[in-house]
Amino acid sequence: MSISIGRVERVIYLGAEALVAEGEFLGYRAVFKQRLRKPYRVPELDQEIVSKRTVAEARALVNLRHHGVRVPKVLFVDPLAGLIVMEKIDGVVLRDALQTIDRESSCYAMSLLGEEVGKMHKLGVAHGDVTTSNAILGFDGSVYLVDLGLSKHVEDVEDMAVDVHLLIRVLESSHYAHREELLKCFLKGYRKLLGDEEVREVMDKVAEIRTRGRYVEERRIRKSN
Amino acid sequence: MVVVLGIESTAHTFGIGIVSDEPRILADSRFNYTPEKGGIHPREAAESFIRSGPSVLKEALDRAGLSLRSIDAVAVALGPGLGPCLRVGATTARALASYYRKPLVPVNHAVAHIEIGKMLTGARDPLVVYISGGNTVITAKYGGRYRVFGETLDIALGNFMDTLVRELGIAPPYVIEGVHALDRCSEGGRYIDLPYVVKGQDTSYSGLLTAALRAVRNGARVEDVCFSAREIAYSSLVEVAERGIAQLGKSEILLVGGVAASRYLVEKFRVLAEHRGLNLYVTPPKYAVDNGVMIAWTGVLLFKHGVTVDPEKAVVRQRWRLDSVDIYW
Repeated sequence: MSISIGRVERVIYLGAEALVAEGEFLGYRAVFKQRLRKPYRVPELDQEIVSKRTVAEARALVNLRHHGVRVPKVLFVDPLAGLIVMEKIDGVVLRDALQTIDRESSCYAMSLLGEEVGKMHKLGVAHGDVTTSNAILGFDGSVYLVDLGLSKHVEDVEDMAVDVHLLIRVLESSHYAHREELLKCFLKGYRKLLGDEEVREVMDKVAEIRTRGRYVEERRIRKSN
Repeated sequence: MVVVLGIESTAHTFGIGIVSDEPRILADSRFNYTPEKGGIHPREAAESFIRSGPSVLKEALDRAGLSLRSIDAVAVALGPGLGPCLRVGATTARALASYYRKPLVPVNHAVAHIEIGKMLTGARDPLVVYISGGNTVITAKYGGRYRVFGETLDIALGNFMDTLVRELGIAPPYVIEGVHALDRCSEGGRYIDLPYVVKGQDTSYSGLLTAALRAVRNGARVEDVCFSAREIAYSSLVEVAERGIAQLGKSEILLVGGVAASRYLVEKFRVLAEHRGLNLYVTPPKYAVDNGVMIAWTGVLLFKHGVTVDPEKAVVRQRWRLDSVDIYW
């Protein structure tokens, strides 16, 4: 007699850093995130990076979930192999959902995203890659954050501002027509957790990040036809 | 036919190139400032440029068999770079343009590194990795500009390499027969643990530099530190480039800038290219380092699109960002 503890069924996504697949694990619908080996790194360094990042991500997921942030439940971690198995969230990637649901629902979903990011920031953790692709609108009506691979401890307001800045950049590129409204909805939820004053501080920093490195002095150039 | 004379003087090289739009390189003259110890001293570099400039210019014109009157435009690298060095090139260019009544073309040094790489390798739509003593940038063109996908958050890769070997007392000279001192001291080294930093799409080398020097002070073998520091610095760059490739969906990588001459780094990119099925293009070392030809060639492209500047407005811009330049071609 053999008991299967799980199986991988299909690849969802192949990124630069990891392969993400869907399947079954211990009776759960599960997502397998397998970090990839890089042939251009010496084996010792490669092993260290893969293990460290796997542990860091799993730790962040467990910690955040413990404190009430909606992230996937971790089922299994193998740091040496670079594998994290987590519970699959039934739902639709927020980016796709925003293309189909009506304005009111979109606004509500964005405010929920704001609440989750707000909860994270309140706990002193920055996501590092807040996009509408890294959020799932669950069939239970909640918004979940996924891909904590770049998350880090908040050292100052800049780390929080970078999260908001990244989201704005995505709204500008993927949801251009409603970007301002969607941002407003996000901030509504975000403010609920952080309060007016802290959000103002974060948004001031966002404004600074957006102008940083740009040089206002423009050379006068003539463009011919 | 359009013939442009280009002047480079952003850091340690005063170079004059003459290029036609065929494209053909008609002349390539250079003077390199080499510090006896330490890094570039901007004022000393500038003074050496002033002394050598006239003969570099004369040599270029003689090579090309041209007089200044028969040149169509004068192009100059106005930035980014070291102020005192930039001003020598800018002053020379303004004087030539005014005296001979030639159009003056403002060239961004970073754009020039990319354009000469594209022209010489035939890369069409690459992810560009621009690595030199002063720059570490991952960029690709879309929407009429070279957009910065990732860059160093502190010091440039070349600066990291030079500073490390200098502090270890094994340089200058930094590069002997095309091999950097860091590559030499890495021989026989084994991997030891040093901080590997990638923040999203950006790299960082200052922490690695500090940790590497501390490791040596604490008794680690120099070859182990060199090997590991190099391994980490190069790997983090390749990782960020791989992210750019995945995100932007490019199938070509182009290496430009002085550090692109490092055979060991090129080898790492070759492994990445094989791994992901990409075409790798490497700017030939002679034109990967600073030179006047790249300024002249970019000058040709700009001039043909009508980009010129009045001499009195052609001021240097030490921090002229790559992604602020409109690319019309």
